[in-house]
Amino acid sequence: MRFSDQFETRFAEMITHYPTKRPVLVPTLLYAQDEAGYLSDEVIEEIAERLELTALDVRNVISYYSMLSTKPRGKYNVQVCTNIACMLRGGEELLEHCEKKLGIAHKGTTPDGQFSLEEVECIGACSWAPAVQVNYDFHENLTTEKMDRVLEGYAKKGAA
Amino acid sequence: MADLVSHPDEVRVVSRRFGMGATNLDRYLELDGYKAVQKALGMGTDGIVNEVKNSGLRGRGGAGFSTGMKWSFVPKQASKPKYVLCNGDESEPGTCKDRLIFEHDPHAVIEGVVIAGLAVGSHTGYIYVRGEYRYLLDIMQKAIADAYVRGFLGKNIFGSGYDFDVYWHGGAGAYEVGEESALMESLEGKRGIPRIRPPFPAVVGLWGGPTVINNAETLASVPHIILGGAEWYASLGPPKNGGTRLFCLSGHLKRPGVYELPMGYNLRKMIFEVGGGIPDGRALKAVVPGGSSTPVLKSDEIDIAMDFDSVAKSGSMLGSGGVVVLDETTCMVKFALRTMKFYQHESCGWCIPCREGTDWLKKTLIRFHAGGGVNKDIDNMYYLSENMLGRTFCPLGDAAAMPTMAFIKKFRKEFEDHLDGKPCPFEKAGVVESVLA
Repeated sequence: MRFSDQFETRFAEMITHYPTKRPVLVPTLLYAQDEAGYLSDEVIEEIAERLELTALDVRNVISYYSMLSTKPRGKYNVQVCTNIACMLRGGEELLEHCEKKLGIAHKGTTPDGQFSLEEVECIGACSWAPAVQVNYDFHENLTTEKMDRVLEGYAKKGAA
Repeated sequence: MADLVSHPDEVRVVSRRFGMGATNLDRYLELDGYKAVQKALGMGTDGIVNEVKNSGLRGRGGAGFSTGMKWSFVPKQASKPKYVLCNGDESEPGTCKDRLIFEHDPHAVIEGVVIAGLAVGSHTGYIYVRGEYRYLLDIMQKAIADAYVRGFLGKNIFGSGYDFDVYWHGGAGAYEVGEESALMESLEGKRGIPRIRPPFPAVVGLWGGPTVINNAETLASVPHIILGGAEWYASLGPPKNGGTRLFCLSGHLKRPGVYELPMGYNLRKMIFEVGGGIPDGRALKAVVPGGSSTPVLKSDEIDIAMDFDSVAKSGSMLGSGGVVVLDETTCMVKFALRTMKFYQHESCGWCIPCREGTDWLKKTLIRFHAGGGVNKDIDNMYYLSENMLGRTFCPLGDAAAMPTMAFIKKFRKEFEDHLDGKPCPFEKAGVVESVLA
């Protein structure tokens, strides 16, 4: 398993921040997932070994955090918030629109592997609702028309 | 990048550098940056703690506990290292204020962490940022690195002989980690399951050492208190409720946004003047005053001062500053259901009353909202919620139970209108339930 140089530099620095090794686990898993797409058996074994943990310890942590995934997802993970503030301003309609547009449901991935869809809990964009995160990018004050443009933008980027 | 708003009634303390380019360290220094920490270096531990105590600053994460008091619980002598932990796991639905602080004024958070460290005799601080806020974690990483280069962090800060390190830390998606003992578990690289208390974190915290845990807005307020003085800060709000607050206005409003208003600002004015009132000529139905876990207020209960004590007196909580406004078209059963769906999703499963209670309440509310409710469900949901209160390690159980009880108590008629197979009177034709429900 090889990660990028940036990953390795960050990992080497992070491990000096704490009195023990284990505290780097959660952020490291997320950075590893960013590079590998998901937390495969290979990634889990590698991180467990580095931190002197068992693979089971690592899986136990992964299953707690909603952003960590042991299954492959689309290149662009569309996360639609439907929590209270977004719901009041059309978050559920937006989710439904994305389902139709992408032809997939919650936790689904398009056959070409470009998009996956997720209904998520509050992402901290309540005053700019309804809001969506595509990977880490926020898209706010959305309407279905704006959402179409957002998705088209990623589709183009993915095809390039 | 989230849009900024403004209103003439705002008193800008924590937000005074928003939109001014203060992520740049030179710009931050021009705007009085890192002056407070240099002043604090000459104040002594008791001097800092007393200043913050006298300012009336109370925890902005939701509990509203006196910050100075919290700091004073840390023992002066300890066999293990002491830590400062900044809670930036902002996840309470309705709350989006720490996001703006990290985005526009990251050095104020760092400065607050260092001052808290000086106050309790700690030499290490961690700034925990929720995983979804990746761009903010990047901003924070750069801010910390810049501060190290200038000698504001690390060995012998500002030539004082005092060493202080600050590190960033990212989460990976978990509401419960915003609870302080779960936050420590998460930082230690574990599942975010709450710890039993006592011992409290001030005595036994990270790796067993005394630990001060404060919300990002609380810590970002501290430099302003040190520079402006306790008396000035306290005078901005009513007695025992010092300062200002970032109120996150959301829901059915013409001008939603994050506004910094003095503590004690009238809720009606906040909704109708600051937030611009309700769009499309519709009437107000209810307000959730401090994030999803705070009991709802009816439209005739909003002539209150938005400070910790006044909102508590009205039977709710000031919470995390998330003011969610609901107009007359909102179905309260649906709203209660969406709230419970969240808590059920976020419950870690450690305590049975929370794990089973949230699941049972969610299932009942789904059935109920779909028209399959029976009269007895209403009292059962209330009774079950009542029995979750105070019976869990962390307040997530309370956070799920309290709003549910208020929805039932204050909007019982709407629950009754869903009975006997009747369709939801608010549901628009053709709108289907969301996939998770």
